[in-house]
Amino acid sequence: MAKYRMHLLVCDGTTCHASQSESVKNALQDCLELNNLENEVKVVSTGCFGYCEKGPIVKVLPDNTLYVKVKPGDAEEIVKEHILNGQIVKRLLPTESVAQVYASEGKTPFFDKKQIRIALRNCGFIDPENIEEYIAHDGYQALCKCLTEYTPQQVIDIIKRSGLRGRGGGGFPTGLKWEITAKVKSDQKYVICNADEGDPGAFMDRSIMEGDPHSVIEAMAINGYCTGANKGLVYIRAEYPLAVKRLKVAIDQARAYGLLGKNIFNSGFDFDIELRYGAGAFVCGEETALIHSMEGKRGEPTFKPPFPSEHGYLGKPSNVNNVETYANVPVIINKGADWFASIGTEKSKGSKVFALAGKINNVGLIEVPMGTTLRDVIFKIGGGIKGGKEFKAVQTGGPSGGCLTSHHLDTPIDYDNLIAAGSMMGSGGMIVMDEDDCMVSIAKFYLGFTVDESCGKCSPCRIGNKRLYEILDKITKGEGTMEDLTKLRNLSEVIKDTSLCGLGQTSPNPVLSTLDNFWEEYVEHVVDKKCRAGSCKGLMKYIIDAEACTGCTACARACPVNAISGERKGPHFINQEICIKCGTCMEKCKFNAVLLQ
Amino acid sequence: MAVIKLPESKVQQLKDICKSFNNDKGELINVLHKAQEIFGYLPAEVQEVVAKELNISIAQVYGVVSFYSFFSMVPKGRFPVSICLGTACYVRGAEKVLDEFRKQLNIQVGESTPDGRFSLSCLRCVGACGLAPVVMVGEKVYGRVAPEDVKGIINEYANL
Ligand SMILES: Cc1cc2nc3c(=O)[nH]c(=O)nc-3n(C[C@H](O)[C@H](O)[C@H](O)COP(=O)(O)O)c2cc1C
Ligand code: SF4
Ligand code: SF4
Repeated sequence: MAKYRMHLLVCDGTTCHASQSESVKNALQDCLELNNLENEVKVVSTGCFGYCEKGPIVKVLPDNTLYVKVKPGDAEEIVKEHILNGQIVKRLLPTESVAQVYASEGKTPFFDKKQIRIALRNCGFIDPENIEEYIAHDGYQALCKCLTEYTPQQVIDIIKRSGLRGRGGGGFPTGLKWEITAKVKSDQKYVICNADEGDPGAFMDRSIMEGDPHSVIEAMAINGYCTGANKGLVYIRAEYPLAVKRLKVAIDQARAYGLLGKNIFNSGFDFDIELRYGAGAFVCGEETALIHSMEGKRGEPTFKPPFPSEHGYLGKPSNVNNVETYANVPVIINKGADWFASIGTEKSKGSKVFALAGKINNVGLIEVPMGTTLRDVIFKIGGGIKGGKEFKAVQTGGPSGGCLTSHHLDTPIDYDNLIAAGSMMGSGGMIVMDEDDCMVSIAKFYLGFTVDESCGKCSPCRIGNKRLYEILDKITKGEGTMEDLTKLRNLSEVIKDTSLCGLGQTSPNPVLSTLDNFWEEYVEHVVDKKCRAGSCKGLMKYIIDAEACTGCTACARACPVNAISGERKGPHFINQEICIKCGTCMEKCKFNAVLLQ
Repeated sequence: MAVIKLPESKVQQLKDICKSFNNDKGELINVLHKAQEIFGYLPAEVQEVVAKELNISIAQVYGVVSFYSFFSMVPKGRFPVSICLGTACYVRGAEKVLDEFRKQLNIQVGESTPDGRFSLSCLRCVGACGLAPVVMVGEKVYGRVAPEDVKGIINEYANL
């Protein structure tokens, strides 16, 4: 990077890309050329910075200035003011802290000191399509060290000592999994990377693959060395075209540099990687289903044991790990197991990446040490709730997880604490909800997801979840009874206990956790026929405020079912028996006389 | 299912795809991805050819096509509208946006407009949660869509 005086890093992750970051990049390049600066300043596309709420993001090096919501039209000003005149364009700084942001991103609350960068160490710092930048940041050094200095067992011991646990949801000790796969005798073994990231509202793995694909490739090769596999497979969602492209480029470059292929680092070790595509089925994230899908079959889970480590792809021992799990491996080798184990809590070591989304000011990707409290994540890093509203709940663990409340805000986040609180770590989606969100509807939303995504192989999950959904639907329509609430809980327990795979075993969690934490809200729906968040239409009434009504008749003419009566120039009235709650009258009224109650 | 005769040239194209994957039945999903790129969808006739080439039963192919939501057995509109219903989009009001599209286009999810211009479908998280709610028309992504924006988005394509 030395030959340029300055670098302009333009985020080209999916979110920024969708906000035209490419046009921003081109505009910057054009402006530089116009001012004959193209040999002094380099424009680089990078992966996600994590600050998705404010994209597109441009970062200027070496002074670390961060510009947000940059439009192509801003390019000229950045080049003229910042690069030529050395003046920061204040207008484009993150607004909440113009005074502090000034020189260093370390000072914006979003990039608060509470954050740490291990799995995301290179995301947003290097050009993911240029292997040399990865190598310049210690890339492939860990692989070289393993192949030339350590025996496979020594590497496994390092991973075991580091305390790394699987980041795909289960939290299984990674080193132990590697050891099991290594011990099985077989003529052929496979290294599999689970990049199916099906949890709706999560985009950690996508960002790693878009921003730092080589870290995954390097770790898979290390795993191959440890377990005795020489073939790697990445199972990736077809919904992530940019991540697919970056991985393909990275694999080609690694091959060209001899870092994949035959006799890597002259060690006699061969390893290569291929991609396999998902086709939109959440259950394929489950490892046995994933393997069936890779074999070209329906992605239905099968009973474990046997585990993939013994009997996996094409019946051969296969080590399945998640993208983020792999991304941690090269750093652990480089910096040592003790360094990694010094971060985090007693049983959960290192850091975790979370995708913060929902009703929060700073939507984006964050990485914090295990043990950070929810309060720090939501209010410090996340900047609190959008529009100054009241925090109500945070959902972790996706469709398998639960909703936590303000009582849990001071819980240190780690695998075991989240389970004890009735949720789970999951892959790292974190959706924040405010007072306008109805918890019964949220539970219904997740159940709707499960019903769609259940593979249908076993009946508790296929039929039971559908029944749960129907009961929740009934409650949101104002037709529920107290007996339904008991039924919800009993049925949930049965589904959990009798389903075949992790999907069914965890799918009632959103129901159970909302029943536990928001019991009064369920009771209100059932007994008082009230939805305090005002989101269950079935429980709402449209009424006309007689004072405000001018009798213009606009609503009565628009009502599709003629539910509105009243004299011209006199107050109008809605017949609740006929009203279908379509809301048209409210839209049509120019005097705000129609109210929702 | 309506019987559509595939043109000979397309059948050949399909056979070539299967061949490029060595007619290996383990590659079924990759073959179907490619086939859908060409035909836009996977009607029964396409599945029959694939089954024959890979030497598996039609039921097996159909089983896979119907299992994965990415594969479609009905043609999509020229401008497929997809609304993200991931959690982040949901809590930021994606359902209201979906309702507005339903109303404006007068079709349900999974259907196409009679002129074949638009079709409507739902997605589970494209991972652009910072822009929630997200709508895609073809490859183009619209972020922070409010029900009021729906008309404008449709109008962009109305004369194309
Ligand atoms: C329904 C279901 C969905 C899953 N989805 C994913 C996923 O999207 N990504 C992932 O890495 N693991 C997912 N898992 C967990 C995997 O089965 C497996 O435990 C994981 O890939 C192992 O890797 P790790 O030990 O590195 O976490 C899912 C599990 C279940 C039951
Ligand atoms: S629990 Fe659900 S997803 Fe899992 S095997 Fe049974 S039906 Fe399929
Ligand atoms: S909500 Fe719809 S049905 Fe009810 S009164 Fe208003 S316009 Fe008529």
